[in-house]
Amino acid sequence: MAHSNEEILAGLVEIINEETSLPAETIELGKSLQDDLDIDSLSMLTIMTDAEKKFGMRFDDNASSTLNTVGDVVEYIAKTQA
Amino acid sequence: MTSKIVVTGLGATTPIGGDVASTWAALLAGESGISTLEFEWVARHQLPVTFAGQAKVPAKDTLSHKESKRLDPSSQFALVAAREAWADAGAPDVAPERIAVEFSTGIGGVWTLLDAYDSLNQGEARHISPMTVPMLMPNGPAAAIGMEISARGGIRTTVSACASSTEAIANAITRLRSGDIDVVVAGGCEAAIHPLPIAAFASMHALSRRNDDPTTASRPYDINRDGFVMGEGGAAIVLELEEHALARGAKIYAELAGGGVTSDAYHITAPDPEGSGAARAMLQAIAMAGAKPTDVMHINAHATSTAVGDIAEYNAMKKVFGDHLANIPVTGTKSATGHLLGGTGAIEAIFVILALHHKVLPPTINLFDQDPAIPLDVVTKPRPIPAGPALAISNSFGFGGHNAVVAFRSYEG
Repeated sequence: MAHSNEEILAGLVEIINEETSLPAETIELGKSLQDDLDIDSLSMLTIMTDAEKKFGMRFDDNASSTLNTVGDVVEYIAKTQA
Repeated sequence: MTSKIVVTGLGATTPIGGDVASTWAALLAGESGISTLEFEWVARHQLPVTFAGQAKVPAKDTLSHKESKRLDPSSQFALVAAREAWADAGAPDVAPERIAVEFSTGIGGVWTLLDAYDSLNQGEARHISPMTVPMLMPNGPAAAIGMEISARGGIRTTVSACASSTEAIANAITRLRSGDIDVVVAGGCEAAIHPLPIAAFASMHALSRRNDDPTTASRPYDINRDGFVMGEGGAAIVLELEEHALARGAKIYAELAGGGVTSDAYHITAPDPEGSGAARAMLQAIAMAGAKPTDVMHINAHATSTAVGDIAEYNAMKKVFGDHLANIPVTGTKSATGHLLGGTGAIEAIFVILALHHKVLPPTINLFDQDPAIPLDVVTKPRPIPAGPALAISNSFGFGGHNAVVAFRSYEG
């Protein structure tokens, strides 16, 4: 069953919060993963692995290079989920 | 004349204390850090051994969320210990290129490795955490310390089972004598209280099975000793040349006077019953200290509480010290802490350093009925030592036939 964008954002915020311990309210759609949230490449891969498990979808191998903001990840998950 | 190497910082987290001060106080008070394991996996796997020396203070209590998440438990202990040691040394202001790390583990990130394998068996390969490799690699603890203190002079992990961290400290001598390095953080850690290592050590009959009385299970030199007790934690010491320490006004605990590293090439696990390799390691450390065996006034023995290990070490000590051995007070501190495997040499080095610094020898607990075949002068209550220069050694031996010994001398200024 497809998740709504709101559900995806809520789930992604949980994952990012668990990985980075950043307060949930600071994790917003427009935030840059690298510049605003200080998420490095290993953390990004961890977040993607956790998201795949949570949403039952797959990121392409080169997906991370196209994902700059929280919103990018939400959109990617929304269009990729079964 | 060769410059002295001195100890200027100490850090530890052990089954009897979350830092050096509390660990030392508990050791002198004769406390045991061994307790029953209250985990569901003990019964699930029908482990024949149900106790161990768990860290008194969980590493997560002092680390950030991100550190706990990104570090295997072994690296967590390493970071806690190294932070304390570095702060204790006054956070030396040294060019990063002149700081080195010599930090060991015996087993490495076993929790990370086996948790990941469990995940793999339950799902897909792509669900394995991307942090798995950096967390399980045995150099992970040393690398974590190196990042913490910006050590760019070389970060190295020596792996020689239960001799690992004593060998790491001995290696620091070479680093400092090279002239390329001003400060070394040396030590070791272990976090292997996991069902697989427990099952594996039990399977080789190395562990005590005194499940009904954990606090007295680790009993070096006792006639009824029945194996070692696993412990976990980490310990780190900061080492530098004396002139460097004096120039920056550092406090000095003791002198690292010598180190000896040898191997038996005899049997993969059994110690050479003649103790020749162990004896050579002791002699090397004493010779590097510019001393002779009769100058040694205290030994922190490896003394794991196994039937064959304790007697083999006694034979080796007898070979080195002869009749003088009767005059040397010996302590087996694993009686209190359990056996921290790759971290054990570092914590025992700290016990020797503090014994020389505070002029009191820590006790061996649980010696109820001393094995008549090992007629050592075993310290069973804190024992003051006379003021003035004193030399002491710490022995560590590991599966694989590894022997490592370090010698410390009291620092009289």
